[in-house]
Formats: sequence, structure tokens, C-alpha cells
Amino acid sequence: MFTRGLLNFPTYGLRTHFEELDRMRRHLDQVFQQVDPSAIAGGTAGVFPLVNLTETPEAYVLRAELPGVAGEELEIQTMGRNITISGERRIAVDRSAKYHRREREGGRFSRAIALPGEIDRDKISATLKNGILQVTIPKAEAAKPRKIDIK
Amino acid sequence: MTHHDEGKEIQVGKKQEVSGATEHTRSGPVFIPPVDIFETENEINLLADMPGVKSDNVDIDLRENTLTIAGEIEPLEQGEEEDLLVEYEVGRYFRQFTIPELIDQEKIDAHLSEGVLKLVLPKAEKAKPRKIEIRS
Repeated sequence: MFTRGLLNFPTYGLRTHFEELDRMRRHLDQVFQQVDPSAIAGGTAGVFPLVNLTETPEAYVLRAELPGVAGEELEIQTMGRNITISGERRIAVDRSAKYHRREREGGRFSRAIALPGEIDRDKISATLKNGILQVTIPKAEAAKPRKIDIK
Repeated sequence: MTHHDEGKEIQVGKKQEVSGATEHTRSGPVFIPPVDIFETENEINLLADMPGVKSDNVDIDLRENTLTIAGEIEPLEQGEEEDLLVEYEVGRYFRQFTIPELIDQEKIDAHLSEGVLKLVLPKAEKAKPRKIEIRS
């Protein structure tokens, strides 16, 4: 059962040393934020769920880890450049059982994210797979980078 | 009887990284999945949050008294994506528990859905409490 265990190497990992440095920098940012909560601007907004945002020339991609949240419990709304993810994570509690650990948290959540550029609201698509929400938000034509040919 | 946490707002929690002594031969971060463990008369149940892990990428191992759960993830990002905001990190999951009860290894049931692993560990006959009738 454990054969494909700890020893064989992954296809996934840090691609370069720069990523490792980048990781360290984010760690430090988080440490400083704990020291000075007013310096929140850089790292996390401190609101569930934490999100990662990336961009391609065509779109923004927003991801969040939402294990155990059903698609029906999730709502995604847009308003201008803002996108809001809200919903509820239900954690069933068996009252007749004896609990040894209770670390998983349930409850309601709502998170708004402002995107840096204009978006095409009609073409937003979202998937929820293995507990990860991925929202693809195409950029508005005006916000896409355009290459200009020199004559 | 089951009930749900209603109305409460979820607090943001940072993913906890495995640190120090547990040596991993691979590079990249390894996280400790948050768990619920509860015990009923006949079984021990374990729920672990492992977002991003597919069912064929989970390893569950029970030997002696040690239960090990490990999960692999596959990168979601496509090559051309550039980071704008990074609030959480992605990595593998690893956690070990000591299970003092005798478990019926054959009947362990594991199920992964929506990034949550559910393990049912049935207690072996010997470990189940037995009511002893007192005859008068």
C-alpha cells in the first residue's frame, strides 16, 4: 500500500531556486504581518478562503482550497472588477461519538477580491475539483496586451 | 445524531507545514492535514482535509500502532501563468497517528471526495467493549 511512498521523486516540486527564495520571502512577509497586523496590504487579507491569483495574457485565474464544500453551497458573484466567493462549509458532527481531534472548521465564509484589470463578466467559468475551486476570468478585450507591429 | 455548525464564520487558518525531524527525501513543502477523529463503539473515524489530492494519489498505511496518511498533488498551474497574489502554498500532505486500539485491517474503508479523506477503522473483535452480565 505504501510502495509509491516517500522515496520516489515527484514530477511536482520547486522548479528553481528562485521559487525557493520566493517562498522564503512570503514566509517572512507573513511573519512581519503577525508582528504588525496593519501591514496586511502585501500578503493575505486574513479572510477565508485564502486565494491564489495568477494571470495569463488572456485571463485571470483565481484558486482557493475549499475541501468538503459542495458546489451547491458555493456562490460566485461579480460586480465591476470585483469577484466575491461566498458559501458555507458544513462539517457534520456526530454527537454520540467521542472526539479525539476536532481541527476541521465549518461555517460560513465570504471573500471579495478586486482584480487588477477589466474583465469579461459573461465568460467567467468555474470548476470545483478535489476540493479546489478554480475560477477563470477572461480579461476584457481592452485589458489584453496587444502587440503592435512596427512598419 | 448529527448537527452542523450553523451561522458561524470560518476563521482563516494558515496551512501548517511539517517541520523538523520528519525527513522527506523530496523537495517542496509538506503540509499537515487538519483532521477530525472520532470514535464510536465499533469504529474509529478519521476525516482529513487534503485539497488537491485525487483518490489514486493517497497512501494509507497501518502497521503496528502507526497510521500514516500521505497525499500527492499535481500542479494545477499551466506554464504561462504568472503569480499576482499568493496567499497559500501547495504541497504534499503527510501525517502520522498512533492508534492504540486493535484495528481490523481487512475492513478498513477509505474514501476521498471533494478533497476530504474519510477513513473508517473498524475495531477488532478483541478491542470492542463487551458487556459482562452478572448473574445473581
